[in-house]
Amino acid sequence: MKKTGAEILWECLVREGVEVAFGYPGGAIMPVHDAMLNYPVHHVLTRHEQGAAHMADGYARASGKVGVALATSGPGATNLVTGIATAMMDSSPIVCITGQVPAHLIGGDAFQETDVTGITLPITKHNYLITRADEVAQVVREAFHIARSGRPGPVLIDFCKNAQIEETEFVYPEKIALPGYRPPTHAPVADLEKAVELIEQAERPVILAGHGVLMSGAMKELQMLAVKTQTPVAMTLLGLGAIPASHELSLGMMGMHGEAYANNAIQNADLLIALGMRFDDRVTGNLRTYAPRARKIHVEIDPSEVHKNVKVDVPLIGDLKTVLIDLIPMLDEYEHESWLGQIAEWKQESAERSIMAWPDDGRLYTAHAIRALWEATDGNSIVATGVGQHQMWAAQYYTFEHPYRLITSGGAGTMGFGLPAAIGAWFAHQDKEVWLIDGDGSFQMTQAELSTAVQEGANVKIAIMNNQFLGMVRQWQEFFFDKRYAATPLTGPDFVKIADAHGIPARRITEPDQVFDAIAFAQKTTGPVVLEFRVEKEEAVYPMVPSGADLDDMIRRPVRQ
Amino acid sequence: MQHTLFALVENKPGVLNRVASLFRRRNFNIESLNVGRTESPDVSRMTIVMEGNEVDVSIVEANLYKLVNVIDVQDVTNQPAVTRDLALIKVRAKPEQRSEIANLVSIFRAKIVDVAPETVIVEITGTEDKIESLLELLRPLGIEEMVRTGQVAMMRGTGSGERRVPSAGSNGNGKSALNSPPSASSETAN
Ligand SMILES: Cc1ncc(C[n+]2csc(CCOP(=O)(O)OP(=O)(O)O)c2C)c(N)n1
Repeated sequence: MKKTGAEILWECLVREGVEVAFGYPGGAIMPVHDAMLNYPVHHVLTRHEQGAAHMADGYARASGKVGVALATSGPGATNLVTGIATAMMDSSPIVCITGQVPAHLIGGDAFQETDVTGITLPITKHNYLITRADEVAQVVREAFHIARSGRPGPVLIDFCKNAQIEETEFVYPEKIALPGYRPPTHAPVADLEKAVELIEQAERPVILAGHGVLMSGAMKELQMLAVKTQTPVAMTLLGLGAIPASHELSLGMMGMHGEAYANNAIQNADLLIALGMRFDDRVTGNLRTYAPRARKIHVEIDPSEVHKNVKVDVPLIGDLKTVLIDLIPMLDEYEHESWLGQIAEWKQESAERSIMAWPDDGRLYTAHAIRALWEATDGNSIVATGVGQHQMWAAQYYTFEHPYRLITSGGAGTMGFGLPAAIGAWFAHQDKEVWLIDGDGSFQMTQAELSTAVQEGANVKIAIMNNQFLGMVRQWQEFFFDKRYAATPLTGPDFVKIADAHGIPARRITEPDQVFDAIAFAQKTTGPVVLEFRVEKEEAVYPMVPSGADLDDMIRRPVRQ
Repeated sequence: MQHTLFALVENKPGVLNRVASLFRRRNFNIESLNVGRTESPDVSRMTIVMEGNEVDVSIVEANLYKLVNVIDVQDVTNQPAVTRDLALIKVRAKPEQRSEIANLVSIFRAKIVDVAPETVIVEITGTEDKIESLLELLRPLGIEEMVRTGQVAMMRGTGSGERRVPSAGSNGNGKSALNSPPSASSETAN
């Protein structure tokens, strides 16, 4: 049957299981939006294209499905760029579809023409330019396959307007022919044997669990490996939830703001088993002194990550879950009593320093508010965040029992990610509670999406941790720039009035004893709610490994008298 | 040490740009890059010469594989391979010097392909070393201009180069899926 290129796009999207798309219209994408009305896909009109990309990303992270964002050519497409780069850094599967000027005008600087495939080349896993309607079906099929398979990532399709309008015979391609795209699955047996040998010899092993555990769905296998070999598990920011925080072998988060005992364990380990993580500088600190006595096994689906930052002894290239299924039966059971005992001592010392051990001094701390939220939601909510101190506190104190619950921009650290990502996550799980824990700075970057939340009736609870500072930068100024607070004091609007202007119920919390009440109020109300927490202005996130310092050279929270 | 790799890539618009962009983005230092057609109209072949150790080369290889349009990468440095470079060298030459140049050129089995009143153009094909040696000898006469294609390489016999990256369809048995022609290795998506 003959169909227009725009219709073929929707035919294919529906076949890929797309139920919701986040977008913004404009001249060069009008035929696509027009054709959409005849297909069972819900379109969410965002207030900025960056919001569309982040929503698609948040949706993808919460659902494990591919998120879809639409934008027009030129400025519409360039507004997606931050969102695409964010998805790329965190290997999030999204497909972005941008309108483009008609093919015969390309290269001529026509109205709203921008070289979008050129701009997005380094920030996409792959991208396409469609100039003819008969390319659409094959391209969309490939785009989704590439976005979700192997190491997932964003794929962009730049769609010329003439190709949207032209009619062609629609044939759904059953097969994909990508001769150069073969994500690895099993690791070679010889490599597995080498890994077994290292695990056998280890006395102080540590597992480092990253986002790859979640992406490959290897949570069960991770636990089996940890339990069978009695190896403690430290997680990256994006790996949180890979193993329940309450598991006796969990070390919580590692790295710059990781648990001191996790970092100490890594620095004293004689074997690191890195699973789907990439030794980012935020988790290694100084590479020259990183885990100096440890041999290293690195299970990775992307061979270009191996030896990139940390030279490893045994790379296991393959899909994490498949590799672990192959590896676990090859291993015996091991005990590491004295090692686990040592770690328990470090844990005890950390607990004594924790802000959770502080007596109530009448002040409102973000960490306490987040812990209260954890209690009120049974630690079961999806939690999206902005970037900054509140993000680290969310990671530290909303201790995650389940995977796919923390929706946060790790690799890119994109402020403004939180609100749109929370809305996207809500579309993935309308049955679950979705909270946004945001900073006053981050929130203001994409605050316009409040209207989107209202228009869509998104049941997203928004907790703004208002410290009237760009807190994380202020903290660096406090520690490393003699408290010279350049460009970090931040005058915000009255967030309760902002909410009010949107017709969103809101509360301001200024005292610790109002916290639980306010949370209960938000939980009882359907639809979006804003809670503004007026928190301590100059509190710091501890522990902190200064940028480039040794991983166990941490600034610790001063002990309270 | 110097490594010579070749990459088979899909013959599609923008693929050279993707490869070049990757080298820039990852800060790889490439000495020469040659791109040309192959026996198959769907496939182009790139020959890449780079300086570096084994790990550097494996990182370049692994990154090339990340490009969806790259089908195969092989390192032919330590394998029996034929490598060739072509140079055109314009040398200053008064009429009375032409026979001296002709002599040199014939020793190297190169040719003079153009003669002008003040200059001649010499064409030479060979390994890097051979071309360098001829250049050494021509330099005193005065080299006006030179252009080189960069190396191209091909394995002798039916052997294949080294593939360091245990990915790209190696599927655990250590064998590459690449021994079959690219057009046959299409896959079905899940
Ligand atoms: C788009 C963007 N711009 C700048 C930064 C640098 N940056 C990192 S954290 C931070 C402060 C964040 O402030 P806020 O959102 O209020 O959170 P807080 O740290 O106070 O919890 C800044 C400016 C960034 N990560 N992203």
